Amino acid sequence: MIWLNGRELEGRDGVTVADLLADLGVEPQARGVAVAVDGEVVPRADWARRAVAPGARVEALTAMQGG
Amino acid sequence: MTVASDPFVIAGRELASRLILGTGGFPRMETLAEAIRVSGTELVTVAMRRVDPRSPHSLADVLRECGVDVLPNTAGCFTARDAVLTAGLAREAFETDWIKLEVIGDERTLLPDAPELLSAAEQLVAQGFTVLPYTTDDPVLARRLEDVGCAAVMPLGSPIGSGMGIRNTYNIQLIVERAGVPVILDAGVGTASDAALAMELGCDAVLCASAISRAQDPEAMARAIRAGVEGGRLARLAGRIPRRLHAEASSSFEGLAEL
Repeated sequence: MIWLNGRELEGRDGVTVADLLADLGVEPQARGVAVAVDGEVVPRADWARRAVAPGARVEALTAMQGG
Repeated sequence: MTVASDPFVIAGRELASRLILGTGGFPRMETLAEAIRVSGTELVTVAMRRVDPRSPHSLADVLRECGVDVLPNTAGCFTARDAVLTAGLAREAFETDWIKLEVIGDERTLLPDAPELLSAAEQLVAQGFTVLPYTTDDPVLARRLEDVGCAAVMPLGSPIGSGMGIRNTYNIQLIVERAGVPVILDAGVGTASDAALAMELGCDAVLCASAISRAQDPEAMARAIRAGVEGGRLARLAGRIPRRLHAEASSSFEGLAEL
């Protein structure tokens, strides 16, 4: 089980950060997106090879309107 | 400093506009793009939020098309830890070291949490960020933020989105008087005269979001606030007359006829 942006995903243990981003419709070369796994930033260059461990909390963020 | 040569520089970077625009509150992307265009701004703030696969518009794309630079903020963070992590994510997403640091202490007033803010500022400076902290109008805290290496200080005029203008002009003056970094009035601007007052008090720039985005006509208000910032800056450089209790005749009494 993995948490992606607060949503529980079953049966996805071992997927890469890039796989999870694809689920969100984010292209591998997308600009303006950043990812944290368990409170640590995962650099873009590592998205394709970084496997996400069971129980991990993944946050994928982008720019939204704000003051 | 003369009116002809009046550069606005933050961390070695010269900006042509003294108005920084917040992107929050605009009802449509088209309205935001138009407000950016007429405001003349070069720098706009954005918040970091979860990717929404259903969202049809990419704000980052719109801003790129407008030709402005992104100043990410840490809005919504209540601890130094969250703000530092959010800044790290913003740097990764936008390839910028600039961060508008917000650490909020109270949901109702959205006032800054001073100890957490100072701690986050110190950590981010150590990590090489150019830190622009949203702070209270406390001159001592502003000085402390400058001392830890912030590139500017951004005191509030009044709470975010309140439109209450500058409630304590004396504190803003005290901050300006002692600051060795740019002072950017952030939060509280409700209309053009508030922006003009900030500049007349000696602020180097104004950050404005709600006053423009939530105005009945955001494009017209963007023009108005731009004019307010420019007028206020010119007035500051021109040097206003002192206030006095009694009148001082502008027509000389010399040569007055005896009728």
